[in-house]
Amino acid sequence: MTLDQLTIGQEGRVEQLDASCGSAARLMEMGLVPGTAVRVVRVAPLGDPIDILVRGYHLSLRRSEARGVTVGRVDTAGAAT
Amino acid sequence: MTHHASASTASAGKSHTKRTRLIGLVGNPNSGKTTLFNRLTGLRHKVANYPGVTVERREGRMQGHDAIRIVDLPGCYSLTPRSPDELIARDVLMGWVDGAEPLDGVVVVVDASNLERNLFLASQVAELNLPTLIVCNMMDVVSGRGDAIDLELLSERLGAPVVGTVGSTGVGVDALRSAIDRMVDSTDRSGDEADWQPSESKGIGSLSWQPPHPTLSPKKGAGKAKADGGEGKEAAGGGAENRDKASKGARPAAWHQDERLRRTTSEVAQLVRDHRLIGPAATDALSLLLLSPGALNREDVAHIHLPEACRKTLAAIHERVHAETDGRASAFMHAIQARYAWLSRVVDEVQTRAPEKVTISDKIDRVATHKVWGMAVFAAMMGLIFLSIFSWAEPLMDGIETVMGLMADGVYALLGAGMLRDLLIDGVIAGMGNVVVFFPQICILFLFLALLEDSGYMARAAFVMDRVMAGAGLHGRSFIPLLSSYACAVPAIMATRTIENRRDRLTTILVAPLMSCSARLPIYILMISALFPGNPWLRAGIMFAMYALGTVTALLMARLFKRTILKGPAPSFIMELPPYRMPQIGTALRHMWDRSKLFLTEAGTIIVAISVVLWALAYFPRMETNGVANGAGSPVGRVSPAADEEDAAGVAAIPSPVTAPGEQLRQSYMGRFGRFIEPLIEPLGFDWKIGIGLTASFAAREVFVATMAVVYGVEDDADVESSPLREQIRNAAWPDGRKVYTPLVGISLMVFYVLACQCMSTLAIVRRETASWRWPIFMFAYMTALAYAGSFVVYQGGRLFGWG
Repeated sequence: MTLDQLTIGQEGRVEQLDASCGSAARLMEMGLVPGTAVRVVRVAPLGDPIDILVRGYHLSLRRSEARGVTVGRVDTAGAAT
Repeated sequence: MTHHASASTASAGKSHTKRTRLIGLVGNPNSGKTTLFNRLTGLRHKVANYPGVTVERREGRMQGHDAIRIVDLPGCYSLTPRSPDELIARDVLMGWVDGAEPLDGVVVVVDASNLERNLFLASQVAELNLPTLIVCNMMDVVSGRGDAIDLELLSERLGAPVVGTVGSTGVGVDALRSAIDRMVDSTDRSGDEADWQPSESKGIGSLSWQPPHPTLSPKKGAGKAKADGGEGKEAAGGGAENRDKASKGARPAAWHQDERLRRTTSEVAQLVRDHRLIGPAATDALSLLLLSPGALNREDVAHIHLPEACRKTLAAIHERVHAETDGRASAFMHAIQARYAWLSRVVDEVQTRAPEKVTISDKIDRVATHKVWGMAVFAAMMGLIFLSIFSWAEPLMDGIETVMGLMADGVYALLGAGMLRDLLIDGVIAGMGNVVVFFPQICILFLFLALLEDSGYMARAAFVMDRVMAGAGLHGRSFIPLLSSYACAVPAIMATRTIENRRDRLTTILVAPLMSCSARLPIYILMISALFPGNPWLRAGIMFAMYALGTVTALLMARLFKRTILKGPAPSFIMELPPYRMPQIGTALRHMWDRSKLFLTEAGTIIVAISVVLWALAYFPRMETNGVANGAGSPVGRVSPAADEEDAAGVAAIPSPVTAPGEQLRQSYMGRFGRFIEPLIEPLGFDWKIGIGLTASFAAREVFVATMAVVYGVEDDADVESSPLREQIRNAAWPDGRKVYTPLVGISLMVFYVLACQCMSTLAIVRRETASWRWPIFMFAYMTALAYAGSFVVYQGGRLFGWG
């Protein structure tokens, strides 16, 4: 699944970033590299940019950008699905 | 870079007591860098622009150490730039800014409460081989959370001294000053050491600290910034041992472990060295850059000349990496991943974390970005800003006008009648008035923007509004400038600096003047009150329609520009939402002052110059006889007999006597120009008198009202409310007796003013913000064309329906 498919409160682990997506490199520089844990904290009132917690800080990105990030779901018990 | 390094070495050897030192302050946005800069320099600094771009350069002397100058570099997240600001920061660090003084050292400001991400840039900078000092700022937030950071261990891991500070209270700033002083001292002392020599004379790999792979090498180990005594340890290591240490995160380049990545980066680094693309100090940084996606087409490496052979090899390397990873990753991305893996280990080692709690920021955000409340908070904030620039500025602007009036009175009393007096009063002082009248609005808007930015709300405002702006192809950050533009486009255009992407910013600048600003209001009021008496609902409806027309056109034009002339990749919204913080009022006031001063000095000169030109156009040629009451008998400056007749007819229709100023204006160059363009504007329903008004109001839209008063010879301080002017407008007629101002003409005129860029101050500020005349000229052209087309459609269309 991709990052934009996580719902509020859900956690995931980055598996891969789509290199063809123009913002992949910057997302990685901002700390979103394969293996990083992310959590969707909130969604903007109009439903588009999302706010994720990564490496202890809040980062906002559009859903279109989040679509380029493949994540594995991590449930509360910590097991990847 | 090479010559810079050797040059500074040489001069340091000779006279290190005399030469002042330049230290760059670099860090992520929101790291508290500017507050620290203000602390270090005691709020005494100079602001200028980097040549050719509109990125501000702040430089000041360090308090108590006059020989050390500090330059505040724009905030950036990495050395791979994404905005003009980041580009400048990177270029200054790399020594690529033409004619700029090279840095003698770097202070990297790190937000200690967000250590991992902040260390990404810090570790990149530390590899540049400049003397580097790392500041862990906001240590109070760290301890407030119950966390702790072992600064000594961090210093050891990063290979650079680390100082802890609290920028907001000033804790640790004295220690930081002495650390900077020590860094400068050690640079001076080590000036004779050979490690600044270019690689060709010394040979990479000959140093004991050099790792076996001549790759992204941790040259820092032998650098001059080793105030923490790590040098011996580093120097002792070699080969495999070094790498073992590296895996524990013992050295700057320890992130660099993967065999395949190592091979790729070393190839590129070798390429950089072979072709001598750059001095050895920046080899690693350039190598990384050349590995980045699309490196061969990147604008920001355009000034590095890549020989054809080098280009070919590089392309081959890119292709190979692409193939090796099935097109999923690049070596550049791999390098980022490796660096973060290393940084994670370092942070785990140096930081002890208390259990995570819900922060105050989170609590605020539950409201501030809530579906309902978030919008309410946003609307309230925007309402406050809007009201303040619209109405709070009013008394201040009145005050300024009073002062300007007093100045004019003074000049009037001091000088005898004559051209000099007229020039000073109507040209220079009026022009200065046109400049300073913006001052209150600019100050208020920038004070708000600084407070919003510092508090962290600005990022939320963009977060909340992004969806709306995305529809127009813009970024959430475009919202505030566009909203401010309802008050005045000048501060609004200055506020576009918060937009990172150049295309987004230009688009916002280009459409901002379409929002109906307060200067259009007098024209709307004059037209509506003169031509639509009675029904208050109709009046309000027309007024609203004008505002709506401007807004909708602005959004449509933004979409159009983003799809045509400013086409580019979709704007990215990768933006940090920093924790809410108490804004520093001193920093905010200083920011406000810097911006306002730049406006006065740079845009101001252009505005005064245009004012003088406009004055001259209305002043010359002089009438030979003063006080001629009869327009038809005026001796000079008649364009044609036809114009003469027309004029006579126009005057005849006016019951009140024509005064000398009116006569002077009619036969001036500006008056002639008004006549000259009459055939052009007749299809819009305008006569030559409106033509004069249009020409004169290029100075500022509201000048239209005063000009029409002069043209119609209305005496005394004619303003919007004065009924004589309204009477004149209602009665004005064409030579054939038709009324000039029908309701349809009124609408046509208002539409023209909604869409036209009748404002030299806007053009002056666009010139300043885009650093070229190209964009203001384009803006004037497209808006005038739009206005003409709009008025044409309204007037001709209206006549078809029989409303004319």
